[in-house]
Amino acid sequence: MSSLTNEQLERYSRHIILKQVGGKGQEKLLNGKVLVIGTGGLGSPAAMYLAAAGVGTIGLVDYDVVDLSNLQRQIIHKTSSVGKNKVDSGRATIEALNPDVKVHTYQELVRADNILDIIRDQDYDFLIDATDNFPAKFLINDACVMAKKPFSHAGIIRFQGQTMTYVPGQGPCYRCVFPEMPPKDAVPTCREAGIIGVMGGVIGTLQATEAIKYILGIGDLLTGYLLTYDALTMQFRKIKIPRNPNCPVCGDHPTVTKLVDYEQPACDLRKKG
Amino acid sequence: MTITVNGKSLELEKPINLNELLVVAKADQPEYVTVERNGEFVDHKGFVSTFVADGDTIEFLYFMGGGAA
Ligand SMILES: [Zn+2]
Repeated sequence: MSSLTNEQLERYSRHIILKQVGGKGQEKLLNGKVLVIGTGGLGSPAAMYLAAAGVGTIGLVDYDVVDLSNLQRQIIHKTSSVGKNKVDSGRATIEALNPDVKVHTYQELVRADNILDIIRDQDYDFLIDATDNFPAKFLINDACVMAKKPFSHAGIIRFQGQTMTYVPGQGPCYRCVFPEMPPKDAVPTCREAGIIGVMGGVIGTLQATEAIKYILGIGDLLTGYLLTYDALTMQFRKIKIPRNPNCPVCGDHPTVTKLVDYEQPACDLRKKG
Repeated sequence: MTITVNGKSLELEKPINLNELLVVAKADQPEYVTVERNGEFVDHKGFVSTFVADGDTIEFLYFMGGGAA
C-alpha cells in the first residue's frame, strides 16, 4: 500500500507514529515542494528542518556568498564554506542530511522579472520568505498574491522576530498590515542593528512548521495572525490581524497590479568578489 | 480610563488621539508603525481624529526586515 521504503519507514518513524502524520502524511511531505528565498538566518534552519522532515523538493534562492560574519547564525553554512556560493553550500548540507530531498538552486536575487518563473519552475506548494530586505519582502508578497501561492513571512532584528502566514483567499497578506514599503534606510537591517544568533533558529523553525502543517493539512496556520517574539522578555504574542479592504494588492480595489522592483537599500547589496 | 497597548495595560487621565498615544506609549519610529484599534487597522490619516476610549485594545505593529545577509 505505502510507497515508503523500509529505510524511509525507519527514518521517518517518529513522524509516522503521529496520528496527524502517519504514512500518508509522510508521503505528502515527500511529494511536497517548498521554495526557501534566502539561505541566511531564517532560511538556514527552515531549509534544514524541511529537509530532515523529508520534504521531497526544496528550492533555495540566494545570490550571495558565505561570509565569516554569517556563521554566528546561518547554520546551514560551515567554516569551510566561507567564500562559496550560499546556494551550493546549502545544497551540500541538505544532501548530506537527507538524500531523499531533491534540491533546486537559484543563484540570483528575486526580481520582478524572475520571481514568477522561479515559483513556476517546480510549481512550489509553499514559499518561505527568509529574506533580509523590504524590496524582496514586498515583491514576494505581491508575487504570492498574484500567483495565488501561500507563503510564510518573517522578519528578525536585534532580540525580536515576527512571522505570519498568507494563504490565498483565507486571510490578510503582508501588505494588509504594512501597505507601503518604508523609505530607504528608515528601518535598520541586521547588519546595522545586530541580531542575536538564535533568533533565526526560533522564527525560521516556525516558518518550517507552517510549511509542514500546510502540506499535511493539519492544525491552524498563522493566517490572520501576526506572531511576535521578544527573546529578552521571552514573550510570544499572537496578534489577530484582519484583511484590509484597502490593501494595495489583495484589497477590493488593488492599485498594485503588476510586480515592480523597489529600490534596494545600498547597505543590503554587496558586490561579490 | 484604562486601555491595553501591545498586551500591557495603560492608565490615561483623559481620552487622547492615536498620535498622542504613540508618544505616550513610546512607540519606536511612530511614522512607520501600523496601528490596530480593537481589531481594525487605522489609517495614518485617521490618527489625529481617532481618540482612544476606555477598554480599547491597541496594537502597534512594527516593520522587521532582517533575515538573510
Ligand atoms: Zn493584502
